[in-house]
Amino acid sequence: MTVNTAALTRGPTTGGISLAGLTKSFGDVHAVRGVDIEIAPGETVALLGPNGAGKSTTIDMMLGLLPPDSGSVTLFGRSARDAVAAGTVGAMLQSGGLIAFLTVRELITMMASLYPNPLPVAEVLAVTGITEIAGQRTDKLSGGQTQRVRAALALVTNPELLVLDEPTVAMDVEGRHQFWTFMRNVASSGKTVVFATHYLEEADSYADRIILMARGRVVADGPTTEIKATVGLKTIRATLPQADLPALRALPGVSLAESRGEAIVLTCSDSDQAIRALLSNYAQARDVEISGAGLEEAFLALTGDPAAHPGQTERDHTEHAHTGVDQ
Amino acid sequence: MNAIYFRYEILRLFRNRQNFIFSLIFPIVLYLVIAGQNKDAVVGDLPFPTYYMAGMITFGGLGAVIGGGARIAFERDRGWTRQLRISPLSPLSYLRTKVATSYLMAAITITLLYVAGISLGVRMPLQRWVEMTALILIGLIPFVALGIMLGHLIKSDSMGPVMGGGMSFLSIFGGAFGQLGADGSLFNKITQVIPSYWIVRAGQTATGGRAWGTTGWVVVAVWSIVLTYGAMWAYRRDAGRP
Ligand SMILES: Nc1ncnc2c1ncn2[C@@H]1O[C@H](COP(=O)(O)OP(=O)(O)OP(=O)(O)O)[C@@H](O)[C@H]1O
Ligand SMILES: [Mg+2]
Repeated sequence: MTVNTAALTRGPTTGGISLAGLTKSFGDVHAVRGVDIEIAPGETVALLGPNGAGKSTTIDMMLGLLPPDSGSVTLFGRSARDAVAAGTVGAMLQSGGLIAFLTVRELITMMASLYPNPLPVAEVLAVTGITEIAGQRTDKLSGGQTQRVRAALALVTNPELLVLDEPTVAMDVEGRHQFWTFMRNVASSGKTVVFATHYLEEADSYADRIILMARGRVVADGPTTEIKATVGLKTIRATLPQADLPALRALPGVSLAESRGEAIVLTCSDSDQAIRALLSNYAQARDVEISGAGLEEAFLALTGDPAAHPGQTERDHTEHAHTGVDQ
Repeated sequence: MNAIYFRYEILRLFRNRQNFIFSLIFPIVLYLVIAGQNKDAVVGDLPFPTYYMAGMITFGGLGAVIGGGARIAFERDRGWTRQLRISPLSPLSYLRTKVATSYLMAAITITLLYVAGISLGVRMPLQRWVEMTALILIGLIPFVALGIMLGHLIKSDSMGPVMGGGMSFLSIFGGAFGQLGADGSLFNKITQVIPSYWIVRAGQTATGGRAWGTTGWVVVAVWSIVLTYGAMWAYRRDAGRP
């Protein structure tokens, strides 16, 4: 099942961003399998999805860094290449470090010099919290400081479209807070912002709209509140031998029931209702735990298709253990 | 060309001392030691210090401009090249800046080796210095392009051996450390298709001899065209993630 409210309610916008029928494969890996996204100018949109969902590949195509196998990209009525050449696009890409032999301030000044309408360097240093390290060489920074400088490099360009691929990874709490506070200002000044993230919380707090991606497709697209209700799931785990899964699935508030040996895992759209029903129907249930479901579970519940999950590695799973949804 | 961007590129160039090992330290030390010991020797009709000056300019100049590739490979590794591709800096400005920094490094090598040469008694009329310099700069075109091409093809991990190997191979077989094969021999003729041969030959200008002739111009022109296309091709195919 695909929730695609935005596609239904929004007509194509000529002045914004339009990705139409994008596909991209790397050998046998179908990274992006038909993505259609329309973004109006001034929107702040979160691309939410687990590892390998195709977020970065979509962003690469949006920025003209990667030619799509099929489909087209339009940014503000022009091709990606023309929009980039006009300086209307700024981005913080997912991978990458900083070039050496410059100080932080010099590097940001260098980047600013390439754009037609940059922000004052001092202001960007301040809002990203790196004024104190502005005189330091770029190769002598901590991981989080490097990430802040990379964010500053994107912000200083002051573009019409700002694209951020997991911008706050490796930043501490204060760094995240400062970053998003500034991003709120950017968004309210009428810029279009697209950011990729694993955190529902981040998407929820800062985006007007969430586009959920999984396995190279858009699986849901709509206003933040709507998507949050869809994926802000909780799981109930309990020890319950010989459980009758179909019966469990039929309990109120439960959208998915699985067994893991003696234990059961219920993915719930309404965990309060579900726990009451579970305990009153199955008094023998022990070791009951409620926790926020990972995005992974949310996607399973949404797509109801646990089999179609190629390319998941151990690493992906362990990462999800701490990038889970906390709602 | 964007002046601020260019200025910081140059700053980065000079702050990285490693840039100067192959392009300056090696050739100058070799020159002073070897030419210093053979001050009065003669090669053909050239005094040895003049002959060897052209050789070491070839060696160091190759290091200077192929080193441009190592810097590109490093920037690519860091994702900087992708960052530049989504900026308004045009590919042409980007490549022009790379060519300019490579030539700047080569110019430093050439100047310092001229100074070293003069200190060992190299003398020629001003016009011949100018002529020789022009031929050296033209002869470097294929190697500037080669550096840019390698920088966009090869990961920075493997750049060291590729650069060191390529630079040594091209210098040795170009005759930078001494002509290979007697004049007119088949081996010598074969080495003439290597463009670095002609940078070494630029030294012949000192005696007023014709340094290049048609063969020289054709070899340098063909390699310049081929490698410039190669560099542009490598730049274009390289937008993906490292
Ligand atoms: N250059 C490449 N060569 C081969 N496969 C690639 C390449 N780039 C991406 N992929 C594959 O394409 C799929 C989508 O990758 P992508 O980076 O777009 O995911 P993502 O949603 O950004 O994930 P993450 O949250 O981990 O950043 C993955 O399976 C990945 O392995
Ligand atoms: Mg990604």
